[in-house]
Amino acid sequence: MAKLALQSVTKSFGDNIVCRGIDLSVDEGEMVCLIGASGSGKSTLLRCINLLEPIDDGRILLDGVDISEPGLDPQPIRARIGIVFQSFNLFPHMTAAENVMLAPRRVLGKSRETLEAPVKALFDRFDLGQRMQHYPDQLSGGQQQRVAIIRALAMQPEIMLFDEITSALDPELVGEVLDVLRQLRTEGMTMILATHEMAFARELADKVCFLDASRILEEGPPETLFSNPREDRTRAFLKRVL
Amino acid sequence: MTDQTSVPRGSAPGLTRRQAYEQRLRRRSNTLAAGSTLAVVLAVVVLVPLAPGWDAVKRSFFNGQVFAKTFPGLLDAFLMNVAIFLWCAPIIAILGLVIALFRDVRSPALYPLRLFGAIYTDVFRGLPVILVIYLIGFGVPGLGLPRPWNSPYVWGSLALILVYAAYVAEVIRSGIDSIHHSQRAAAASLGLSDGETMRYVVLPQAIRNVAPANMNLFIALQKDVALLSFIGPVEVFRQAGVYKSLLANFTPYVGAAVIFLALTIPATRYADYLMNKQRRRQS
Repeated sequence: MAKLALQSVTKSFGDNIVCRGIDLSVDEGEMVCLIGASGSGKSTLLRCINLLEPIDDGRILLDGVDISEPGLDPQPIRARIGIVFQSFNLFPHMTAAENVMLAPRRVLGKSRETLEAPVKALFDRFDLGQRMQHYPDQLSGGQQQRVAIIRALAMQPEIMLFDEITSALDPELVGEVLDVLRQLRTEGMTMILATHEMAFARELADKVCFLDASRILEEGPPETLFSNPREDRTRAFLKRVL
Repeated sequence: MTDQTSVPRGSAPGLTRRQAYEQRLRRRSNTLAAGSTLAVVLAVVVLVPLAPGWDAVKRSFFNGQVFAKTFPGLLDAFLMNVAIFLWCAPIIAILGLVIALFRDVRSPALYPLRLFGAIYTDVFRGLPVILVIYLIGFGVPGLGLPRPWNSPYVWGSLALILVYAAYVAEVIRSGIDSIHHSQRAAAASLGLSDGETMRYVVLPQAIRNVAPANMNLFIALQKDVALLSFIGPVEVFRQAGVYKSLLANFTPYVGAAVIFLALTIPATRYADYLMNKQRRRQS
């Protein structure tokens, strides 16, 4: 059974249709990359999986359980699915460590004392041990984004969603964030990325989906999709970005 | 040319062409500003005493003897203003926050709170403060309640609290609205409830953002405490009135004005300073 399955998911904002019947299946430990032009629906799809946006129709199954049922309490599900945003969205009035501990304390009810060691370990693992007591505006963009990843990981999510997390970064800071993803990949985290980093997708993805006009036009293993795309539009897109 | 910092200020060589030009410009505008200010001050000093009633005004408003005699008493009375302010301010802060939160509730079962918040702020921001003070300050004691519940201090304070809480609520609400929705999304994505998101993520930022605006409100409150004098409490304005009648001289009012300014000008400057600091931080 797939860890996460989307079945003909549709979503629109007023007259603007952003998902036209999306089907997608992600297995445990798999890394799926969503590529496509801006406005093709990648971000919205991720926000729908995390239940930040309610879907209009179709189903989203997590471990075979429908989590898109209207009226379902979204909080416990969101706690199982981590998301990292393009613009970091750290809480500016809290230190990096407080950002990371907030949800485990309030949602999982853990005490500050029990969290101290594991949170320190997380920061060390991503080379930010010296930055725990810094406020977001004292950190570089790359450091902020890594703290945002740590914040999501601290909830021990079963799936991680990444919404163009390197798009707001200066080029020289992209590498340190991609390194974190590589590390998570080797640790077997189930991940879905909306990304413009084609080289990265090609190197690490198990599956790449090309979104065009709010649907998945083509999907497959990166070597096939990048080297030998089936659709003209995929070919045209890749020609523009590669 | 080599070390610019050692060059004394002045049109000494070592200034770039732009610096020399700006220096000439600065000197010119400083001279102009000084000249025009001097002209205005001279005009006031020379012309005002030429007015036919100046001697009478000087005697009744700027009488040094009366000032010296009444000022200590006015300062004493001002302690009452401070006391009224001190017990009103925390209640206003709490009530304002509660009303602001009422206006943000999403749950349909709590809709009455939302409605109440909206009506409350509309009503109390729509009325002149003095009118509320009269209605509550004279109205409620008319019910014939026993001491101390017939005191104008209690009901006058309540009137101030009700009015100022409405303003504080609106300021806090604008602060809540100013927090970008991505912050709420980030909190929600971590599994926090709406209430937890408000408590730990939105409110701390919102209240910090509107602190200078709230400070301006509390400066206004400090002045409006004087309005309670109309329903009885003897604070500095009323005390000045008493002295005025006693001595047939208006100087005590000038004394009261001096006391207010001594407090409000530094406070206003400080609020401005905070607001500028905040603007710089946000840009």
